[in-house]
Amino acid sequence: MRLEQNYIDLFSQNRSLIDGGSAGVMNALRQRALDCLVRNGLPHKGLEEYLHTDVVEWFKPDWGMNLARLDMPVDFAQAFKCSVPNLSTQLYFLANDTFASSQTASKNLLPQGVIAGSLKEAATEHPELVSQFYGKLADMEKPGIAAINTLFAQDGFLLYVPDGVIIEKPLQLVTLLSSKVDLMVNRRILVVLGRESQAKLLFCDHALAANQYLTTQIVEVFADQNSNLELYDLEETHYANRRISELYVNQEAVSSVEVDYVTLHNGQTRNSVFSTFAGRGSRLSLNGIATIDKEQHVDNMTFVDHRAQDCISNELFKYVLNDSASGVFAGKVLVRHGAQHTESQQTNRNICLTRQARMYTQPQLEIYADDVKCSHGATVGQLDDKAMFYMRQRGIPEAEARMMLMQAFVGEVIGRVSLEPLRDRLNRLVEKRFRGELTQCEGCRACR
Amino acid sequence: MMLKIENLHAGIDGKEILKGINLEVNAGQVHAIMGPNGSGKSTMSNVLVGHPAYQVTEGKVTFKGMDLLAMSAEERSHQGLFMSFQYPVEIPGVSMTNFMRTAINEKRKALGQQPLAPTEFLKLIKEKRDLVKLDAKFMNRSVNEGFSGGEKKRNEIFQMAMLEPSLSILDETDSGLDIDALRIVADGVNRLKSPETSVIVITHYQRLLDYIKPDVVHVLYKGRIIKTAGPELALELEERGYDWVIKEFEDSLG
Repeated sequence: MRLEQNYIDLFSQNRSLIDGGSAGVMNALRQRALDCLVRNGLPHKGLEEYLHTDVVEWFKPDWGMNLARLDMPVDFAQAFKCSVPNLSTQLYFLANDTFASSQTASKNLLPQGVIAGSLKEAATEHPELVSQFYGKLADMEKPGIAAINTLFAQDGFLLYVPDGVIIEKPLQLVTLLSSKVDLMVNRRILVVLGRESQAKLLFCDHALAANQYLTTQIVEVFADQNSNLELYDLEETHYANRRISELYVNQEAVSSVEVDYVTLHNGQTRNSVFSTFAGRGSRLSLNGIATIDKEQHVDNMTFVDHRAQDCISNELFKYVLNDSASGVFAGKVLVRHGAQHTESQQTNRNICLTRQARMYTQPQLEIYADDVKCSHGATVGQLDDKAMFYMRQRGIPEAEARMMLMQAFVGEVIGRVSLEPLRDRLNRLVEKRFRGELTQCEGCRACR
Repeated sequence: MMLKIENLHAGIDGKEILKGINLEVNAGQVHAIMGPNGSGKSTMSNVLVGHPAYQVTEGKVTFKGMDLLAMSAEERSHQGLFMSFQYPVEIPGVSMTNFMRTAINEKRKALGQQPLAPTEFLKLIKEKRDLVKLDAKFMNRSVNEGFSGGEKKRNEIFQMAMLEPSLSILDETDSGLDIDALRIVADGVNRLKSPETSVIVITHYQRLLDYIKPDVVHVLYKGRIIKTAGPELALELEERGYDWVIKEFEDSLG
């Protein structure tokens, strides 16, 4: 029996329960999701996109799902034992895949017209708005998790920023995985930025209990003309956590989007980014850091589609791998016919601290326009011996020198983070991570 | 006695380069080690500072009464051994300030002292920068990154001034320096000299010795010191080259 059959059966048996715990707009796509899943199955190692990450294994356990939307009490206070000053955020919580409205700050702090909160609620209250966007970017025919996520997702988060509205204060969505049993979580995030609008959004993923988790997450981002979005995705979970995230970005003319992935601590992670320049003169800054050890695994796949002229994309992903950790970076930049004056730079640099650590990197550039500036590069290496000795000669002990070199290595990526208080916090988090001092919950406090 | 090297044999990748070095440096002295290319000058300085790529196969080195060869590179530094690198290393992402603060405080920690207070540290930086005319802007830059050849060498002497070593090895510090930079570097070294500190100047040319006056000059050839004399030897080598010393040495072997 094919693996997806379990999920198809689960859905068929619980269809009314799932629909009942969600909203009409989300339910409307389930039949098509089911058809896609039946037709295409789950992603597997036979696909080029999943060559080095065997996600099939991730779907094999008989996961529980909270389809009945039972209240799963989460100790939100635990994640915020101490606060770090410098930046205050507008804070939202997801308990597993359920929006925790009781924990959310009052709405009136946000500019008028902004909708931020439960996707299920928004889809119920504003179906005509949400249906314009929900599921419009996530491609369920592609190998990936769009179909299974759409099939089961019942809630999540929505940020809608109307034309001309600027939200100065960063919004922070903290997801706390907390359950007494092993759990599969399917969450959905929708970000819609109107013309000339601006927002900063920080996702913090976090596991509070030592259970096994599988998370599927779909994020759809619509950035209309002249809009500006900063999107930060910080994962700090633990070894028993598996996460597959797909981010879809559509950028209209003269928009600017920054996406930074930071995987500080995890089990196994697959992040995919599908980003499209639909209008001229836009920018994308897409960056990532992975600091992993033991048996941890991080796979970042990016696809940047230059359909329009005069767009700039910049990618920088850096990994530091210790012990038997493994990393994957597969980046593809497609410059379509007619996308003249494209500027694109893609860089992936990696340090393997041990002989057992493994890094697979595959930069790809496909160009069908003749007046473009594009480059890509990838390296896998060790810490610089010469620098190490130089530092030791000056009295810096070897362990400390290693620490400083690793910090400096990922510091280049942190330097690209626009949000200054987050940058400072990330520097400290990464240092703690390298020193082995990082405890749970730190990630969530990144901005507080 | 600052440094005593006895019958030192060492090499790299299994190839012996130093074949029995004997050398004594007293506190307050400046020694010059000269020699043709490939004579083992850089190997000697690297072995003394504990470069992990080099292996010592025989001999003994005593530094201020301590067994130098038993110490790690960082311990040697903490105890006051410094080397100005022939090719200073660029360390992207590590600022000069952070680098220096860590170096100073690690040394203090090793010696059982409290870390330097931030204001004292900044004062020290200012004072030592002035010594080698190194602009403040360099302190926020990554170590040696984007520094010109002369700036890198001045930065070496700046670090020497910050760390206040008892024994400094200047490895080909004059290479790649124009005359003005050379003067600044030499001036810095001279001002750091004291009756308690010693300097070993390793150089191919006599040029630097016009500015840093040696007390003793040694000629290194094929991994051995083949001649030791006063400062006049450097001038003679400049004039006549190394051939005559080598010939003298080979003749003496019969």
